[in-house]
Amino acid sequence: MSVTRERPVISKILSKELMDLLKQDKRVDGRSLHEYRKIECETGILEKAEGSALVSIGDTKVLVGTKIELGTPFPDTPDQGVLTVNAELLPLASPSFEPGPPDERSISLARYVDRSIRESKAIDLESLVLQGGKLVYVIYIDVYVLDYSGNLTDTSVLAATKALENTKLRKYELEGDLPVFKGEVVPLVLKEFPVSTTFGTFGDKYIIDPNLEEEHASEGFISFTYTIDGKVCAVMKNGQGHLSHSQVFEMLEIGWEKAKEIARIVGWRE
Amino acid sequence: MTERKTKLIDERGLRLDGRRPDELRPIRIELGYLKHADGSVLYEQGKCKILAAVFGPSEVHPKHIELPDRAILRVRYHMAPFSVEERKSPAPSRREIELSMVIRNALEPIVMTELFPRTVVAIFIEVLQADGGTRVAGLSAATLALADAGIPLRGLVAGCAAGKAGGTLILDLNDTEDKEGEADLPVAYIPTMNKISLLQMDGMMTREEFKQAVSMAINGNMKIYALQVASLKSKYTPPEGQEGGEDQ
Repeated sequence: MSVTRERPVISKILSKELMDLLKQDKRVDGRSLHEYRKIECETGILEKAEGSALVSIGDTKVLVGTKIELGTPFPDTPDQGVLTVNAELLPLASPSFEPGPPDERSISLARYVDRSIRESKAIDLESLVLQGGKLVYVIYIDVYVLDYSGNLTDTSVLAATKALENTKLRKYELEGDLPVFKGEVVPLVLKEFPVSTTFGTFGDKYIIDPNLEEEHASEGFISFTYTIDGKVCAVMKNGQGHLSHSQVFEMLEIGWEKAKEIARIVGWRE
Repeated sequence: MTERKTKLIDERGLRLDGRRPDELRPIRIELGYLKHADGSVLYEQGKCKILAAVFGPSEVHPKHIELPDRAILRVRYHMAPFSVEERKSPAPSRREIELSMVIRNALEPIVMTELFPRTVVAIFIEVLQADGGTRVAGLSAATLALADAGIPLRGLVAGCAAGKAGGTLILDLNDTEDKEGEADLPVAYIPTMNKISLLQMDGMMTREEFKQAVSMAINGNMKIYALQVASLKSKYTPPEGQEGGEDQ
């Protein structure tokens, strides 16, 4: 069951300032309409996790840890490893997050990260099978939101892919029916590097990478995930607003230009 | 994802069920299907069978979630355990929780919630039989149930997916085309406002294909919108000679 939420309370003065600035194509934090905040990325910062990344976009911070275990494949995909994405909106990240089971916000965030990685075919799931139909590698991606200042989507997709990029796979071998670990550890091979870009919309205006205040004032959001050669592999409109198709097409192209920049910053493009 | 067992587009350019790439499945609309709901519809699109019902505006429980300046919407998208090949657990899945949210977001722009402060409008979508495109078909159905309940609306939302299968852009994917095809792109459109209110995509497309597919879905939505309007008119237009006097 999904229920209308109260719009976050931001001061009316700030909301008005934001809209007035937008009319002159300006933003509260001095950025241009299509400019990202500073993107920073640290990887391999946890020892117990198979892979990890801490990514920040402006003041938003997302930590992703990956774990790999052996398990059974899904009945409809017996010859593929399993990919599972979970997202936690931790209470320490924002006064608007509460402890408890995942709500629709964290579920849709996790599912978007999942789609970005799965549909881009970043992981070759067919290579993660030990015994078809019985034993496969299960990759767990846990998205831990540490500090929420807007644009969780792009930060989480980037952190998840970065964490996968430095994930180590403990190779098991089958002796009879028993999986045995003989000490061989290999990097998980990524075949693609999905990059997400998100816009906030205000009537016929739109901005990229909304910060917290902008996110609260936005009518709607749209995220596009691109592959490194510019194909689209996931799209999600969020929020109550509506968009014209010409707006969507414009954002699709601007998003691609920005995705190339992000890929350059994190070392996926020359 | 899965290995391609079936050929999704044949030599003549036709699909598994004989449709042209830009052809919708047949749609059947039965308004007022349920007696107790304030508004209801049985909506069939090809093999999809969807029941939508609306209650309200009514008092909000629990009270603390009501809003002082508008009605809240409560939306549940749910699939019956017998609606798919392998029995689905009746407990709400993560997918159903996400879809309930995107459907609510797609309906918010059309419902005149400001007319009914401190109330709730409840919208229930039950998928009785699923064959691809249930979130958008559910949305077309929910809109009709809202209109049937007499809730004031700014327009109607029509929903329809486009996508890519067998290398061809296609409209209104069925389950096989969704699962074995390259991309699925559900779109909801409000024709009277020329606005998109739901847009999702998973799969792989070039940016050019994406744009074409969005346009294709919007064309499909215009056809669905015409059917929605016709069904409402045929139920609610008073017979010749009886002016006004319409009281649901």
